[in-house]
Amino acid sequence: MSIDLPAGSPPARVAFYNDPKVRSIAYQVALCAVIGFLVYEAASNAIANLERARIASGFGFWHTTAGFDISQTLIAYSAQASTYGRAFWVGLLNTLLVAGIGIVIATILGFVIGIARLSKNWLVAKAASGYVETIRNIPLLLQLLFWYNAVLKALPEMRDSYKIPGGIFLNNRGLFVPEPIFGNGFSFVVIAFGVGIVGSISFYVWARKRQEQTGQQAPVFSVALALVIGLPLAVLALSEFPLTFEYPQGGRFNISGGIEVLPEFAALLFGLSIYTAAFIAEVVRAGILAVSHGQTEAAYSLGLRAPPTLRLIVVPQAMRVIIPPLTSQYLNLTKNSTLAVAIGYPDLVQVFTGTVLNQTGQAVEVVAITMAVYLTISLATSLLMNVYNSRIALVER
Amino acid sequence: MNRIFAILALAVVFAAQSASAQTLKTVKDRGMLNCGSNGTLAGFGLPDAQGKWTGLDVDSCRAIAAAIFGDANKVKFVPLSAKDRFTALQSGEVDLLARNTTWTSSRDTSLGLNFVGVNYYDGQGFMVRKTLKVNSALELNGASVCVQQGTTTELNLSDFFRARNMQAKTVTFATANEAIKAYDAGRCDAYTTDASGLYAERLRLANANDHIVLPEIISKEPLGPAVRHGDDQWFDVVKWTLNAMINAEELNITSKNIDEMTKSTNPDIKRFVGTEGNYGEQLGLGKDWAVNIIKHVGNYGEVFDRNVGAGSLLKIDRGLNKLWNKGGIQYAPPIR
Repeated sequence: MSIDLPAGSPPARVAFYNDPKVRSIAYQVALCAVIGFLVYEAASNAIANLERARIASGFGFWHTTAGFDISQTLIAYSAQASTYGRAFWVGLLNTLLVAGIGIVIATILGFVIGIARLSKNWLVAKAASGYVETIRNIPLLLQLLFWYNAVLKALPEMRDSYKIPGGIFLNNRGLFVPEPIFGNGFSFVVIAFGVGIVGSISFYVWARKRQEQTGQQAPVFSVALALVIGLPLAVLALSEFPLTFEYPQGGRFNISGGIEVLPEFAALLFGLSIYTAAFIAEVVRAGILAVSHGQTEAAYSLGLRAPPTLRLIVVPQAMRVIIPPLTSQYLNLTKNSTLAVAIGYPDLVQVFTGTVLNQTGQAVEVVAITMAVYLTISLATSLLMNVYNSRIALVER
Repeated sequence: MNRIFAILALAVVFAAQSASAQTLKTVKDRGMLNCGSNGTLAGFGLPDAQGKWTGLDVDSCRAIAAAIFGDANKVKFVPLSAKDRFTALQSGEVDLLARNTTWTSSRDTSLGLNFVGVNYYDGQGFMVRKTLKVNSALELNGASVCVQQGTTTELNLSDFFRARNMQAKTVTFATANEAIKAYDAGRCDAYTTDASGLYAERLRLANANDHIVLPEIISKEPLGPAVRHGDDQWFDVVKWTLNAMINAEELNITSKNIDEMTKSTNPDIKRFVGTEGNYGEQLGLGKDWAVNIIKHVGNYGEVFDRNVGAGSLLKIDRGLNKLWNKGGIQYAPPIR
């Protein structure tokens, strides 16, 4: 803070310790020094006390053999050969898997319910409000336990599995689906898929340009569908199906082979998606209501029908309001996935701050690593959403 | 998230408090012993509907309170899950851990604990449904097994199957409660824990008679109380409380005859009851420390019998836990 003196008068001479600038810098340096000292003291004291109590410290455990099994592993993992470090990655990938799929499902479900709540159809609107009010007012942990027990109780035992045509089994041990094995020549199908995506984007750009020039619309959706799905299927047929399936086989106790979806995963995914969708629905509803009704009326008076009005006029403007709170819902979903411990899903917290912490006894290190991981995931999500937000934000002139 | 806060608090405790080596003095000043207990395992540590705790480990804590205060009720039991128990002891939340905990080398060294002895020689087993028609753990290849997290059980299970080239699908739960519920709901073919735990948990299942405990014992599980490393005086108090209970059974001193025994002329018994020597003072306790243990809690045999043995619902055979001169391996160094 400086004081404006009348022009022309000579600057008053003040001692340097009375200079506001010098003072404010001095205070900040002093504060930093005090905080730095406290952190240093706390850390060195903790290390000294850990040593005195003869509790192991350091990160040497990272390379020690783990010796315990994990029920769901996305990367190769075995109790005898893998380390605690490997167990960490297994847990982290399991967390990212459930959070990633959960975010996609919660977003779709949330948008549908948020828009449904604004529907003119009385029944649809009331059903959507009923969903939101019920789900968001029941604690998530209870919902997870409900889903887990619902999954276990509703499904039959292994011997009485539901057999779904196509080699799929469903029982209280999970859902077992055939695993695709890619043979020679499958790379052509992947290339066809890539070509399909590039083709769809080009067609979209061309169709848009033509619409701007001539006003004619093109069937973008059907063409894109044909390119992305039809083309790879056609190539698959032409190259004589280089794709085989490993079918699940019933054993004495369990079904083996194929891809296994654990009931713990299903329950956690359902619980997280359904819970977060209720909050996203409210965010979407708020965003849509924030768009002035005059915009809708203007669109109608231009002759647009209700669906294109929603899609072209209302939602793009609503997105500006929706994105920031949506980001925090995504972060909540990721952090809430730590409730997996209650139902036995091997996420990062269950594997790492549960078993690894207990087997090594190194609470300080393990919890520090886990907190750093969640901080990184959250900051990365925020960053992506902020980049998207700044792209769609209203540019004021 | 609570767990994260607990551990943050632990870090703060490590940072702020310079580790106190005066546990006995702290306990005496507080007038109360804080004992880390199980809380969900019948026979070892379980509160009843009135909040009265019973169990073998619970009585170990009561015996220490009796030795220090002459009153077995000056104990606060802190229920701990398997995965949180060591953190609670390390941080000083409890004075000792008596929670059916297996004595292993890494727990003794890198966890900063000291095990005082063994109050129950156990081993890991499996429980399955009778309808599976399985008679041996060796037939469990490919089975799903429910297990509790943060235990030696989790590691033994993996070792057992690996050593025999068998496969198991383990489903791991944070507490024994969740694991046994999932087993009961049919999520797993087998449930595994220490054999004593299997008998105790079986009582809680919907239909206890539909389940059998398989004969194989796949590991050594010496269970015993543990204290923090670095306080030898406290270590001695806890260790000799356990030894006194075992010695009392060997000397036929029971809670019923303890008053007559104080008049005994047998030198072993005179040292035990404190009419000869100053063994209690050497521990930092009163002369009648051992008398109080036996009077208020009982000797090892009495405690075993009423909590897990013939006098309890569990009816577990004493097996290895018989005294050394009766065919078992329970043996305590002499008081002299």
